[in-house]
Parts: sequence; C-alpha cells; structure tokens
Amino acid sequence: MNTAVAAKERAKITVKDLNFYYGKFKALKDINLQIPEKKVTAFIGPSGCGKSTLLRVFNRMFELYPEQRAEGEIMLDGENLLTSKKDVALLRAKVGMVFQKPTPFPMSIFENIAFGVKLFENLNSTDMEERVEWALRKAALWDEVKDKLNQNGASLSGGQQQRLCIARGIAIKPEVLLLDEPCSALDPISTAKIEELITELKHDYTVVIVTHNMQQAARCSDYTAYMYLGDLMEFGATEQMFFKPVRKETEDYITGRFG
Amino acid sequence: MTTGDALLRAAAIEESKAAKYAQRKIINRIALALALAAMSFGLFWLFWILIETARLGLEGLTIATLTQMTPPPNDEGGLANAIYGSFLMVMLATCVGAPIGMMAGIYLAEFDTEGWLAHTTRFVNDILLSAPSIVIGLFVYAVLVSTFKTFSGWAGIMALALIVIPVVIRTTENMLQLIPSGLREAAYALGAPKWKVIMSITLKAARAGVVTGVLLAVARIAGETAPLLFTALNNQFWTSSLSEPMASLPVTIFKFAMSPYENWQKLAWAGVFLITLAVLALNILARIITRVR
Repeated sequence: MNTAVAAKERAKITVKDLNFYYGKFKALKDINLQIPEKKVTAFIGPSGCGKSTLLRVFNRMFELYPEQRAEGEIMLDGENLLTSKKDVALLRAKVGMVFQKPTPFPMSIFENIAFGVKLFENLNSTDMEERVEWALRKAALWDEVKDKLNQNGASLSGGQQQRLCIARGIAIKPEVLLLDEPCSALDPISTAKIEELITELKHDYTVVIVTHNMQQAARCSDYTAYMYLGDLMEFGATEQMFFKPVRKETEDYITGRFG
Repeated sequence: MTTGDALLRAAAIEESKAAKYAQRKIINRIALALALAAMSFGLFWLFWILIETARLGLEGLTIATLTQMTPPPNDEGGLANAIYGSFLMVMLATCVGAPIGMMAGIYLAEFDTEGWLAHTTRFVNDILLSAPSIVIGLFVYAVLVSTFKTFSGWAGIMALALIVIPVVIRTTENMLQLIPSGLREAAYALGAPKWKVIMSITLKAARAGVVTGVLLAVARIAGETAPLLFTALNNQFWTSSLSEPMASLPVTIFKFAMSPYENWQKLAWAGVFLITLAVLALNILARIITRVR
C-alpha cells in the first residue's frame, strides 16, 4: 500500500486498520489511509466497493443504525474519533457531510442555512444574515436566491437544492467536508458549478469526495483512492493514479476496461 | 436462414403481436367495466344516504334546533345541549388522545422501530384499533361509572379518547416512516441532537399527514354512540359540568329515532344531518391539508 505519497502533506485524518461490518457482512477490510489537510481526496471504485461506507465512518453516521459497526482507529487531529468520549454532535460540527440526493429541510431557504448554525452559535439577527449570505455566496447560490430567501427550500431546482445543502454544510464552518456523490443527480451545468466550488473549498477545508465519475475525480481531486470489494487497492496523487497507476486493476478500472 | 424465411418469421411475429394486443384490449375493457360497476355501486348507496339525510334532516332543521334544549315528547325544542355536549366531549377527548397518540407514534417511528416493546405496542395498538367501540364503552363503564356510581362527561371523554389514541398512533407512525431517511441523516450530519431532528425536521415534514390523522380520528368519534351510551349517558338539560351525565348528538339521535314521537324523530333526522355535515367537513378539510403540502 502506497501511503507514503501523503507523507509530505499534513494528515487531517489517519485511518489505521479499519474494519467495518454491516451485521455479519464485512464491508471494509483493514483500511489504512491518510487524508491530507486542505486537499481534495477522491474515493473511486465500482458500486458496493465500500467508498460511501468509509465516508460515513468519518462522521460516525453509521451509528444511526445499530447493526453497523466499525473496528480500528481513525485519528482526527490526534484523537481517535471512534472511541472519543466527546458528543458525536461536536464531531459532526467539525466534519460536515453532503449527500447524494439533495435534502432541503421543510423550511425557508434562510432557515435551512440558519438551522445548523443555531445549533452551535448564538448569533444576533444581523450576524446570522451575514453568515447565511456568506454561506450562500461560497456555494455560488447567493445571486440566484437572494430575493427569495423566505421561499421553501424545496421550491429550488435540483442543482440549486444541492448547492443549498453544501451552503448548509459550510455555514457551520466545519474543518472537513465529506461529499457523497454530490453530483450524481445533477445536470452538467450544475455539476460544473459544484466542481468549481469544490476546488474553491479546498483553500479552507479538507474535502473528501466519493464519485462514480472518473473525469470528476481527475478534474477536482489532489489525491485519489481506488477501492474494490472493501479493499483499498491503491492510493496516491491523482495525477499518478491516472497516468501511471501501480496496479493493473486500478488501470483497468480507470480506463474503463473493468471486469 | 434465407431472406424468405426471415420475412415469413417477421410476418408471423407481427401477426402474433396484433393478436396479443387485441386480447389485451378486451381484457382491459372488461377490467375497466368491472371497476366502473364497483365504483357506481358504492357511490349509489353513498349518494342515497346523503340525499335521504339531507331531505329528512333539512325538514326538521330550524333555528330552534340550534338554540333550544331537547324537548319532552310532543313539544317544541332543539338539540342545543346535545350539540354542545358532543362538541365539548369530542374536543376534550381529542386534546387528551391526540398528544398521547402522537407521542407513541413518534416513539414507534423514531426511537424503537424493531425492539420487543415496539412490536408489542404495535400488536396491542392493532387490537385496540379494531376493538368494537361498545367494548370500550363497557370497559369505561366498569372502570369509571360503576366506581364513582355516576354517569359523567369525564367517562365519555375517556371512552372517546381511547378510540382516538390508536388511530393517531397508527397515522403518526406511518406518516413519519414515509419521511426519507436521507432527511434525518442530513440533519444528524449537521450535529443536531435527536429531539431537534424530530421536532424541527421529521415532524415538520410529516405535519400535514399527522394533522390529517387527528382530523380523521375526530370525524370517527363525532359519530360514536356505543361508547357514550354507557359512559356519558344523556342529559335533557344544558350542563357544563363534566362530572354529571352529558347529552351528545349520537346518543340523542339513538333515543329520539327509536321513540314513537314525531317531533323527536324529526329532531333525530336533523341531528343525523348535522353530524354528517360535520364529518364531511372534517374529511374535506383533511383532504385540503394533505394536498397543500
């Protein structure tokens, strides 16, 4: 396993010997990986390879389902988040997540953004308005919604809803942003906007993105991990992965000669 | 295979497609005709009931029906005390039953979906849901009326609340389960605590359905006679005291319709008409609320 590539960067998340189970089924096998800080790391691989599963361990999302369980170590800023005694809410405030399907809350656009902020900060209304505008600008949505902040979030188009979800995620100022196939339900124009956004976001955040789209991984990530059937097959700088992969399987998958 | 053979085969496939299609068309027509017949059979009775109720009900309905007390036989009077009693007991029973039902429904949908307690609760709730209302009436009679030696509005409220609870539990749970798990995950991913996710996200998303469930429960108890017969009984006079027997529309209708006195029978029809209107209005309101979402 080539984890040395990341050594020249500071690791934000370090995964050590991670095993993950859905009931009796072992979905992740001895994963070792370092996610570099303020870079974009992409997880690629065929459906069912465990890339989303791995992502959902980083914010302990899997704990919502009692039959799912993780063993091993995931160090975030020097603390094993799997055994941390801190409230999981604080972890999730630090490690934000955006899902495959846009999920606007049943409230206004403004309230959608303010919801998460209110959980952790007591802002007066001016500060809150500033924060909402800041998040919407970051997510490249402000110009499209600034005149209708009181409309229901569900009234937006699919692409706008997804950018709303990203704005909601960055409004609470996390350090890590997990994106689980954020563009799979979107048209090419919205996808381009979100990819631009991802490149922009890495100045401030550590971004991890799961994608089925090889070009997307090539375009917007700095590091790429190729997974297959619960194993981490290869991990390295995106350029190297796409031009000179070490393993034959990686090359086959990336060039579309898979299976 | 030669070109000729291929052409023949193609022609045969075309023919069989056409035959299959004609067959499907006939089956479709038969199914449609059966569905229409079933629908008209149902609607026929429904409209007959509505028309008959309106015809006989409007005949006995006057201003006095709404303002005067229930009369002795062969005297002038109205249904004011029965309407008031029904309104009071239905409202209070809903106030008692709906919150309990909603909380239990939330528990089943959000907290314990698969545990033994949830399975037991669901099973018991299903039994309660299909229990004949007369059984509930007799139960409250045994527990409250015979203990305190008096029929009372409170006993009526308890009986009606026991009918509201299982209906609301069922609808609340079902409506919450319809909320996609992605919405919950998205809220948890922001670091929201469980109670906040339920109160601000899932319950809000399911609001229309939950309110509809409560309205349908109200419509259900508005016409219940059996549970009130053994609990609130009846009262000829206006009373706001819930520890006394209390008049209600269904029980008054029951008593008046069975009587030989013409003025009572007319009032019974007026009462039937009023209940039908109220239930119809509640159902339409429930429809509108579900659609608005």
